[in-house]
Amino acid sequence: MKARIHVTLKNGVLDPQGKAIEHALGNLGFGGVDAARQGKYIELDLVETDRDAAHASVDEMCRKLLANTVIENYSIELE
Amino acid sequence: MKSAVIVFPGSNCDRDMAVALEKVTGVKPTMVWHQDHDFDAVDFIALPGGFSYGDYLRCGAMSARSNVMTEVVKRAAGGVPTLGICNGFQVLTETGLLPGALMRNAGLHFVCKDVKLSVENADTLFTADYMEGEEILVPVAHHDGNYFADDDTLDELEDEGRVAFRYLMDVNGSQRGIAGITNARGNILGMMPHPERMIEPALGGSHGRKLFTSIMNRLG
Repeated sequence: MKARIHVTLKNGVLDPQGKAIEHALGNLGFGGVDAARQGKYIELDLVETDRDAAHASVDEMCRKLLANTVIENYSIELE
Repeated sequence: MKSAVIVFPGSNCDRDMAVALEKVTGVKPTMVWHQDHDFDAVDFIALPGGFSYGDYLRCGAMSARSNVMTEVVKRAAGGVPTLGICNGFQVLTETGLLPGALMRNAGLHFVCKDVKLSVENADTLFTADYMEGEEILVPVAHHDGNYFADDDTLDELEDEGRVAFRYLMDVNGSQRGIAGITNARGNILGMMPHPERMIEPALGGSHGRKLFTSIMNRLG
């Protein structure tokens, strides 16, 4: 089973890299971008075949390492 | 005073820290490798600056989960005086021993220069030899020193006198100019600037020395 994890900055946390991306898009002539936020994407290949067990395990991985929940949110997709 | 300096792959201020500790205390610190599970009983633990594990995932994230940190967290939480400088501060926040997080500098640039700090609280284990409000000049060298915590945490830090050092200029976008904080018990200090690089005039200044003398005078 594959787990796809998105880690994003929480609302209200300043994202200077996202700001720089937003400005760069503007400089390239792309209008209509109100805001850009940068995050991380992590893919895991899991041995586990049970969805619930896999979700619980990945959730713990996120809390313990993959995300810093002081500043980041995470979402998990399994396939 | 017996001290230990924890060494991670990618630490680069571990030797500066060891020199500072030896010059001030007269005792050579034990260097402890990150894969060790245990180390000698010491009076003081230092987490040095650097770019441990290449700053992979997040600065300090990998180091905070290394073998030796299980023991460091246990001892620091038990009251052993512990200092984290630069990457060491990032590691301390990643373990949860100190609140908040260090994010990418607001200006996106790596900042490497001497900066002015004020000693906000001179009544700590780490700052007792300074005067309250004293201005000191200490170098910073970091890409991710932008201190972030939610407003409640920031208020708590301020109210409890746990902001040990504040920048007197805008360096990295840190909330409320915070350069260094202590835990509630007062035995753990994390700071981005490098006092260990300012311990004698030959290094460009000695404003960092009193941090080490403060610790030594308290611990003997």
